[in-house]
Amino acid sequence: MTTQKISIKNGRLIDPKHGVDARLDLHLAAGRVAAVGAAPDGFAGARVIDAAGCVVCPGLVDLAARLPGLEGELAAAVAGGVTALACPPDTRPPLDEPGLVERLVGRAGDAGLARVLPLGALTARLRGEALAEFDRLTRAGCVAFSQGNTALVDTQVLLRAMQYAATFGHAVWLRPQDKHLAGEGVAHDGEVAARLGLPAIPAAAETVAIATALELARTTGVRLHLMRLSTAGGVALVRRARADGLAVSCDVGVHHLHLTEMDIGFFDSAARFDPPLRAQRDREALSAAAADGLLAICSDHTPVDADGKQLPFGEAETGASGLELLLPLTLKWAEAAGVPLATALARITCDPAAILGVAGGELAVGAPADVCVFDPSAVWQVTADALRSDGKNTPFLGCGMQGRVRTTLVGGRVVFGD
Amino acid sequence: MSKQRNPQLNANGELTHLLSTEGLPREVLTHILDTAASFMEVSERDVKKVPLLRGKSVFNLFFENSTRTRTTFEIAAKRLSADVLNLDITRSSTAKGETLLDTIDNLCAMHADMFVVRHATSGAPYLIAEHLARVGRNDIHVVNAGDGRHAHPTQGLLDMYTIRHYKKEFHNLTVAIVGDILHSRVARSDIHALNTLGAGEVRAIGPQTLLPTQMEKLGVRVFHDLEEGIKGCDVVIMLRLQNERMNGALLPSAGEYFKRYGLTPEKLALARPDAIVMHPGPMNRGVEIDSEVADGPQAVILPQVSFGIAVRMAVMSIVAGN
Repeated sequence: MTTQKISIKNGRLIDPKHGVDARLDLHLAAGRVAAVGAAPDGFAGARVIDAAGCVVCPGLVDLAARLPGLEGELAAAVAGGVTALACPPDTRPPLDEPGLVERLVGRAGDAGLARVLPLGALTARLRGEALAEFDRLTRAGCVAFSQGNTALVDTQVLLRAMQYAATFGHAVWLRPQDKHLAGEGVAHDGEVAARLGLPAIPAAAETVAIATALELARTTGVRLHLMRLSTAGGVALVRRARADGLAVSCDVGVHHLHLTEMDIGFFDSAARFDPPLRAQRDREALSAAAADGLLAICSDHTPVDADGKQLPFGEAETGASGLELLLPLTLKWAEAAGVPLATALARITCDPAAILGVAGGELAVGAPADVCVFDPSAVWQVTADALRSDGKNTPFLGCGMQGRVRTTLVGGRVVFGD
Repeated sequence: MSKQRNPQLNANGELTHLLSTEGLPREVLTHILDTAASFMEVSERDVKKVPLLRGKSVFNLFFENSTRTRTTFEIAAKRLSADVLNLDITRSSTAKGETLLDTIDNLCAMHADMFVVRHATSGAPYLIAEHLARVGRNDIHVVNAGDGRHAHPTQGLLDMYTIRHYKKEFHNLTVAIVGDILHSRVARSDIHALNTLGAGEVRAIGPQTLLPTQMEKLGVRVFHDLEEGIKGCDVVIMLRLQNERMNGALLPSAGEYFKRYGLTPEKLALARPDAIVMHPGPMNRGVEIDSEVADGPQAVILPQVSFGIAVRMAVMSIVAGN
């Protein structure tokens, strides 16, 4: 792949990993960062992107994006400034065969947009019985192993999966939710479920699963990542485990930093999430944990067509379209929570890159030239037409957002904007 | 984020659908009860009909079976001179894969004027009402005849009618709702209506397994002991206990339930001497209520049924704009 030399000039360069936040030019060559600040030799004729008034930061790294209709969703990713994303294995069929993973990676490579980092299935068919082939899946491109949103009920299988993964240095990513405690629930076990008569998911469905996962991680030494925390109790458990020296990471879906059970209103299926939107105190605990770095932030992008949401609340599909809202919603959260811009950007760039164990999420010399240039003051309205994703399902439809991506580069090539 | 406005009221604050008793202003509730009172004498005439809905088509859409509720709506609609069509959806369209809103679009094309909807999923009537608004059919009205665990507003209103009939005023009343409140759409509709109408105290009585967590946020005082909770009550509303509750590990047995929460003459004696006993029906004698109480002088369970017709007539005529 040939890439021309590019200089991104006059922008506010923020590279959270290296504590850079200054008016600096960025120079890219051969798919990598060539220099920060003054142009190196040979950049006299380089293409110049004028980033005046814009922030220049590492391309966003998203820990969870579902990609039905791969190319369209990858176009949505780069439109949202996302240059690398983890794709959960609970696709149909699940990512438990190297051939499926190779095909996904191949198609994503052909699209030449955001980098796709597949999560392999932890168990065959995600059935929670037999282990998937971690080595072959890793060679095919998987970066970690997960059940996606599918519960792993048998704790002995979980223990063995962790032991085996730990033996060979694979990371295990779990969505902590006890299947039995969650039951047929569709909303947080709180005031709104009581009022609307919705089958409820107690916070304990999450905390019990977290306690189990932490204990088994402690025993096995596996590298554990907990996905989509939703409760104050869950945050407290992870905080304590970290204080005890356990190397566990975790993330939160960006919607859970903004919304609570109250946003269900009168059965608004756009506000049906998995895990469910919880109470105000849960949201506050998640926000505090994201502010202090315990949690990385992801889009949990889940495109659902209109038919999947035009159903009674409890029958509607879960999730929201998020790739194009990850940046503005993170900025909005940072402003509301009083979090500095560079810190907020760390949660969607270098922090998730570290969790994934991949290059990117930084703009040091030699790093991949994955860059997001956004105008932090541009205001736009979320409409079905404004979203490139096939998923128009968002509780923020009609809302104003501040912060809009102008240019996205992956491997030194402009893949969105100009 | 987007649908917070109460969808049952139109831009002028008038009732255009009846989806829940929650969020309805006191004047609207009182208007329904007053209108129902005026319909009571219609049922006692030789010719039990008024022409308020003449030429209108009321579609009973029962996605979940309930012969009793469907019949009361049918009688009420016929007494208003409407044409009534009963659609047993459980066995037709949805079984063929048609979505709920496809079904609604088809029925709209058949010139329905009102949908009376019973559905097993909480919130289904809201979805229908919102869909009608979206496709510009503000001339079609939705009456919720019970959705999941959420609401059964006409039952709630007939309960209010019954209480007002026997007790005249709401504000000094202590009302106990006893039993499986977690799964009860009737309980939720009663609680919201009682609070709006200014009842002195609403009590929810049951074991933890049958009460939603954060029940107090609905404006009730929670008791786990019937004998304690029933003390001084003016109104006791007993809820039906479904047999399947024993399977979900919510209760050990019907016998143990009756021992703790069944309403016997001895327990009823702890309430006020003039307390009335209500039940939405159908009753499980010997499970939630002793026959001696069910057939006793304080029970007003059969009058509830008669009031129910008048209340449903009132609701249908009001949402249709009369």
